[in-house]
Amino acid sequence: MSLLQQRQASKTHLLNAESRQDIDRWVAKYPADRKSSAVMAALRIAQEQNAGYLSNDLIEAVAEYLEMEAIAAYEVATFYSMYDRDPVGRHKISVCTNISCMLCGSDDVVAHLEKRLGIKLGETSDDGRFTLKEVECLGACVEAPMFEVAKTYHGNLTPDKIDKILDELD
Amino acid sequence: MSDTINIEINGIPVEVRTGAMVIEAADEAGITIPRFCYHKKLSVAANCRMCLIEVEKAPKPVPACATPVTDGMKVFTKSPLALDAQQSVMEFLLINHPLDCPICDQGGECDLQDIAIGFGKDASRYNESKRVVRNKNLGSLISTDMTRCIHCTRCVRFGQEVAGIMELGAPGRGEFTEIGTYMERAVSSELSGNVIDLCPVGALTSKPYRYTGRPWENESHAHVSPHDCLGSNLQIETRRHQVMRVLPRENEAINEMWLSDRDRFSYTALQHEERLQQPLIKQGSEWRQVDWETALAYAIDGLQRVRKVDGAEKLAALISPSSTIEEMYLLQKLMRGVGSANIDHRLRQSDFSDDDGQPLFPALGCSVAELEDRDAVLLIGSNIRKDQPIAGHRLRKASRRGAHIMCVNPVDYAFNFPVDENIVVHPELMARELASIAKALLTLTANAAPAGLNVLLENVESGDAHLTIARHLQTASNASVLIGTQAMSHPQLSTLRALALAISELAGASLGYLTEGANAAGAWIAGAVPHRRHAGEHSPLTGLHTREMLNTGMSAYLLLNVEPEQDCANPAAAVRAVHEADFVVSLTPYITDDMRAYADVLLPVATFAETSGTYVNAEGKWQSFAASASTADDIKPAWKVLRVMGNLLDVGGFDYLTSEDVRDELKGQFETLTPTLKYQWQCPAVMPTKVSKDLTRIGHLGMYSIDMVVRRSAPLQATADAQIETAIVHSVTAKQQGLVAGDTVRVSQGGESVTISIAVADAVPENCVFLPMGVGGAVLGDAYGSIELAKV
Ligand code: SF4
Ligand code: FES
Ligand code: FES
Repeated sequence: MSLLQQRQASKTHLLNAESRQDIDRWVAKYPADRKSSAVMAALRIAQEQNAGYLSNDLIEAVAEYLEMEAIAAYEVATFYSMYDRDPVGRHKISVCTNISCMLCGSDDVVAHLEKRLGIKLGETSDDGRFTLKEVECLGACVEAPMFEVAKTYHGNLTPDKIDKILDELD
Repeated sequence: MSDTINIEINGIPVEVRTGAMVIEAADEAGITIPRFCYHKKLSVAANCRMCLIEVEKAPKPVPACATPVTDGMKVFTKSPLALDAQQSVMEFLLINHPLDCPICDQGGECDLQDIAIGFGKDASRYNESKRVVRNKNLGSLISTDMTRCIHCTRCVRFGQEVAGIMELGAPGRGEFTEIGTYMERAVSSELSGNVIDLCPVGALTSKPYRYTGRPWENESHAHVSPHDCLGSNLQIETRRHQVMRVLPRENEAINEMWLSDRDRFSYTALQHEERLQQPLIKQGSEWRQVDWETALAYAIDGLQRVRKVDGAEKLAALISPSSTIEEMYLLQKLMRGVGSANIDHRLRQSDFSDDDGQPLFPALGCSVAELEDRDAVLLIGSNIRKDQPIAGHRLRKASRRGAHIMCVNPVDYAFNFPVDENIVVHPELMARELASIAKALLTLTANAAPAGLNVLLENVESGDAHLTIARHLQTASNASVLIGTQAMSHPQLSTLRALALAISELAGASLGYLTEGANAAGAWIAGAVPHRRHAGEHSPLTGLHTREMLNTGMSAYLLLNVEPEQDCANPAAAVRAVHEADFVVSLTPYITDDMRAYADVLLPVATFAETSGTYVNAEGKWQSFAASASTADDIKPAWKVLRVMGNLLDVGGFDYLTSEDVRDELKGQFETLTPTLKYQWQCPAVMPTKVSKDLTRIGHLGMYSIDMVVRRSAPLQATADAQIETAIVHSVTAKQQGLVAGDTVRVSQGGESVTISIAVADAVPENCVFLPMGVGGAVLGDAYGSIELAKV
């Protein structure tokens, strides 16, 4: 550790053993001097470890673990809508509002969700159950309009269908 | 496949290197293609789309910066298709760009302004709202107006590719992308100012220059950097004869198109409040402002008195290694003329025992540009990245090409290139490490060992690291052993140098020095050393070197651009010496309370920007310049002051009209003498191995404390590199001393002490205290002397 590097306290301990193991598996897929190639997977793993969102500390921990500058990991974390940098509710509903979904009525989907949950896009309900998020095309245009809850896609949405999906969530 | 192919641009046949991009071909042919993101020294990003052109048979316009040439290609940069594409891109770029040119510092030298006029439409069709981006605080050097950013990412690529540390990035996406640093940290790169030049718009501009002028009001003067041994080429811009800012002057052989922050921003010290405006003399204990005639008469009188009473050998002269060669030459001529050879520019050197074996001047051993073709480099006592940022950049380029860079250093410095073997040891063990490398080479090579080396290394052993270093140096086609600035104050410098010479000879590598100051090479050539006259001629009259002068106590000192309390290897001894002297004349651009206390005459002289002169860089290149700025009438260029002093002292031969006369006289003699002095092998008598029990100081020389000017530049002093305000010890040493980080300690050296807080870092070897020169205003002892710590 050289003079300057050592002056910032290490943060890699914020990644738990399981996460590190997971990240190592991704790192192994790339050449040894290109550890940073695993950044997207590593950020996802860190996010999962942390109840669905990335703190700045965690972003720095990932950067340090992959031997890259914090700003470079931060760029990735702020670019993709799949990463969250604020705490999220138990269920994250990611509504696609991109072109196909928009043409097929995503505005109504959003309106219905906002009304039923009492929160706006980008907000989390007070009881911490739901986060509503607007995302770009999730590649499921065939069943537009659609949204994603946790890791499940739900397509051809109608108000009724939305209610049914929500009713089944705890 | 041939090296070049033929294409046609706008009907003009152009011969171009295979693999070049269309934009490069056009640039070479002098055909303008507008661009923002493309830059010849950076990778191709092709994100601004300003360079769209038409290529025959291509269905759509293509970006010239990312389209490789093919044989027979027909390019049209001004066809209706190309023009239409360029106009459309321009229109998009201007959507979010504010129309604030009247209050923008980039106005008049803005690529966006120029290209909008040349390639845009004359009226806007955009009525919607514009994007606004909050400004970022990047530190004391770079000012931001982020709403103006067009996301070309030149600044980001510069960090990744050139500076070697990615500080600026582009977080966010699409419309929400904002250039900035992580959590708004200040940028810390020693080359950061270059993004100001790179930014094609007014998003990144110079903070010190902000709102002070318009480019068309400035006059531009070619100059040379006064802060390191590279001699980077400067363009000094002045208005009404005052320096407004400093820009790089392109020179592929030295600084390419870059400048270190030190070279770019040091001008901010020129109007410092400590600037000495008038000659002063001390009568009794009163300081009096006088005219030059009176001051000079008083100075000469005092010097003559000492000469008569104590003898000429009690006169001494110390000159900053960043003085011009004319100043050096005149000062030594004056001193030798009055019968004293006590002159030196090596203020920070401690060990002079190999003086006679020195080459004509300490050279780099290769050209600056050749540094980047090195395959293996061994750095000894060097923090090259900060000490000589432009040389560091060349080494980084070498490293990116696959060169092996290796170090033997007293501190684990943070480099911006990977270090293959990084030996960090107690300063007293550096010689042993070099010996081990030499020993490893003995086993690898058939080259004859210099006389006595085998015996010297008899009991030396080498480990894996030494063997690796030896092997890299020996197998490289271009290898360099470089002795750095941090080694200059080392008490065993001569041993380090001898072993470095042995290593370089055994490995077939070149040996080079990264000297301190801008003109150490010039100083040797000019004779600003006690044992040789100009052009390396043997001096019948041998004088004392810095250390002897300061330790024996001289009766009178003549100082030029020197602050003894900051500029010497042993500041405490230096201060004592000037205080005890009967008579001190200081030629200085600045005045301090310390000077008032020890000096008798203070003569205000010009700084680098205000004088004409010549610097000889480490590759031996003479670079002359005229004065860029002028000063108040009572501030004179030092060479003129010395000329008058020479005449007043009746030395003879001081009838120069211009500084060129001085230079030409020296150069003429230099060329007729064609000196061939080489570094001579002197086998060290013993192998220093033992480590003293005491704590040893590592008196690191910070990049922003090297000379009078830099020390007074407020923006530079506010950067991270100038902010070391703690002493640093190894964790083991901290434990032994019962210290934890944050403790306040009193560090003492030879009767002097300073109170400072402690940081703990294993980048410093055990049993050492990392305490940079001048930290906390400390005037302590030897840079590498023993030191005591006591918790308070
Ligand atoms: S700040 Fe300047 S250099 Fe950096 S991306 Fe924006 S326009 Fe380009
Ligand atoms: S546009 Fe919504 S999934 Fe593709
Ligand atoms: S210069 Fe070619 S895309 Fe920017």
